[in-house]
Amino acid sequence: MSRLLTASVAALIASLTAAQAQTDIQWWHAMGGELGAKLEEITRNFNDSQDEYRVVPSYKGTYPETMTAAIAAFRARQQPAIVQVFEVGTGTMMAAEGAVVPVHQLMADHGESFDPQAYLPAVVGYYSDTEGNMLSLPFNSSTPILYYNKDAFEKAGLDPEQPPETWAQLEEFATRIRESGAASCGFTSRWISWIQTENFSAWHNQPIGTLENGLGGQDARLTLNGPAQVKHWENLKRWADEGLFKYGGPVAGDGAAPLFYSQECAIYMESSGGRAGIIANATDFEVGFGMLPYYDDIEGAPQNSIIGGATLWVLSGRPDAEYEGVARFFEYLSSPEVQAEWHQFTGYLPITQAAYDLGKEQGYYEQNPGTEVSIQQITLNEPTENSKGLRFGNYVQIRGIIDEEFEQLLSGAKDAQGALDSLVQRGNALIEEFQAQNQ
Amino acid sequence: MKRTIFSNQLLPWLLLAPQLAITFIFFLWPAAQAIRHSVLRQDAFGINTNFVGLANFRALMNSAQYLNSLQVTVVFAISVTLLSMGFSLLLAVAVDRMIRSTSVYTTLLVWPYAVAPAVAGILWWFIFNPTIGVMPYVLDVVGYNWNHMTSKTDAMILVVIASAWKQISYNFLFFVAGLQSIPASLREAAAIDGAGPVRRFFDITFPLLSPTTFFLMVVNIVYAMFDTFAVIDATTEGGPAQATNILVYKVYFDGFVGQNMGSSAAQSVILMLIVIALTAIQFRYVEKKVAY
Repeated sequence: MSRLLTASVAALIASLTAAQAQTDIQWWHAMGGELGAKLEEITRNFNDSQDEYRVVPSYKGTYPETMTAAIAAFRARQQPAIVQVFEVGTGTMMAAEGAVVPVHQLMADHGESFDPQAYLPAVVGYYSDTEGNMLSLPFNSSTPILYYNKDAFEKAGLDPEQPPETWAQLEEFATRIRESGAASCGFTSRWISWIQTENFSAWHNQPIGTLENGLGGQDARLTLNGPAQVKHWENLKRWADEGLFKYGGPVAGDGAAPLFYSQECAIYMESSGGRAGIIANATDFEVGFGMLPYYDDIEGAPQNSIIGGATLWVLSGRPDAEYEGVARFFEYLSSPEVQAEWHQFTGYLPITQAAYDLGKEQGYYEQNPGTEVSIQQITLNEPTENSKGLRFGNYVQIRGIIDEEFEQLLSGAKDAQGALDSLVQRGNALIEEFQAQNQ
Repeated sequence: MKRTIFSNQLLPWLLLAPQLAITFIFFLWPAAQAIRHSVLRQDAFGINTNFVGLANFRALMNSAQYLNSLQVTVVFAISVTLLSMGFSLLLAVAVDRMIRSTSVYTTLLVWPYAVAPAVAGILWWFIFNPTIGVMPYVLDVVGYNWNHMTSKTDAMILVVIASAWKQISYNFLFFVAGLQSIPASLREAAAIDGAGPVRRFFDITFPLLSPTTFFLMVVNIVYAMFDTFAVIDATTEGGPAQATNILVYKVYFDGFVGQNMGSSAAQSVILMLIVIALTAIQFRYVEKKVAY
């Protein structure tokens, strides 16, 4: 008995020291499917490259779920060192001074070289404070683009190499596709909030809110009920009634993906980061890529689209040793090789200029037509104050309101103007509440 | 009456300790926390905290969304209760008429109760999924365009069916037991007097079942109001446009997704009052007045 006890105590001590030799770094993320597998591969490569730190990625569900899990964990003092937070959570994370370790400070403290200038301008602006300090590490940034079913285009007698450029064209194409029986619905879209409202506004150089869409400070308020947005929502409702457009559900609009994969809808608007999944699932037809459509009668369109996706935030309150490891890991993640590989596999934007250049050097964009669309679209014009990005407190909830008001519109309970007015009024109430909470 | 007197004063407390500890840790302490947070305003990470008095409650009373949620909850709870109780009573009466196969049917009908609410939700979500489900396909044939992602009515029907289905087994068991406790002689006497099966049911069986029925009614209302979170979360997530956002789901959504702890806590305090009221009704009226 005593021998067994000694042996088990010895084993316990051995396992403890083994655990101490390597510092574990918890990383909570929201990348499922193909993206999650790639993320784990990148992490594994980092873990194999050195033996001091072990990054442990954990999939926590959707973006909102991951963020709320991390916040709940922080309140219970069980937070991970790194958490992936989507772009609309930026306002909340930024206001939480004391809960996060700003990335520029982390990198400076641990002597890692870090140059914010190396990142694409469209990306940096979204995640920096008013003094231009980068607060989180851009990891997966994407922008919505248009995917279409080339086979269905051909069946409908359309040029399979010609995606619709304007909304008028899209309506015409969708009608042709439906009438010819090539597909039962013209188009569908993920993310009504991100794609058909926020990016729509930036793409048409229309403001989302005051004070540079909120980048200028917490006093900003929403102004999403302008004539351009009203016109677009009105059209979406009409197209839904005519069967040209199918709604994929709230938040990310998960119901839209199967509609495109099953060839029910021939045109699909989705994040450029969805490319890996689309290629994997669209087995029976060829996929084409295009920029988002625009209304050619709205002045200033097309401007440039804005990013979405997520960044990595470092939460405070972990042992010091972990932060050294986090800095090393971030350095690794930002290297052109890792970035280029991630970008090329997933369709997310190459977030550094070096990664983009590396891809060009490798001839990647020539070999894979369509992959450069997202970069061209986001850099189409010098960003204006309407198209740099957006930042509001409680925006996760406001996204929910956008979905709800859109659903009110679809169900016929409200018209486009009414839905957008109510969206602005309810959203601003939440922004005011957020401002009060953070004072 | 004989009373047992324990000489040891400590022993009863020791024996009660585990139960008291559980009550304190899982009921009293969280309830106290909810009350405390309901008068505070706090940012998501819990760094800034301010006392705001009853502002959270006032905001709720002025919120169209909260009043909508109340209304949705009432419609939902009544529909679930009526549907699941009506259906299980029908099944129970049918099984009660069986002679040999009663136990087989009973066993089969109890199965859904073993299914976790989230699983039940997913199951019905699959069946009714507008893109890949079976039911929309069938409904399309008869000319109904089912889409619970855009139609509020469809969404409500979906969550009511999914929630009621879960509860049928439970109600069924109680109804079967209730039916079996009704003396057969009463029904036989009525039959001899010339009453048909329908008449016998409404004049004899149903009134004699009323204690069971009232008990189940309270249980079902409580179930629909508080235990259907997983069904909602797995199917509609409160949508479309808050059409299925029942009070319990709203507490979760505003608190954990919306990060508005103050409002969420205020909502749970209101829910706590509703539970207290329901329990009081059950004890005061139902248990006393419905005895034959």
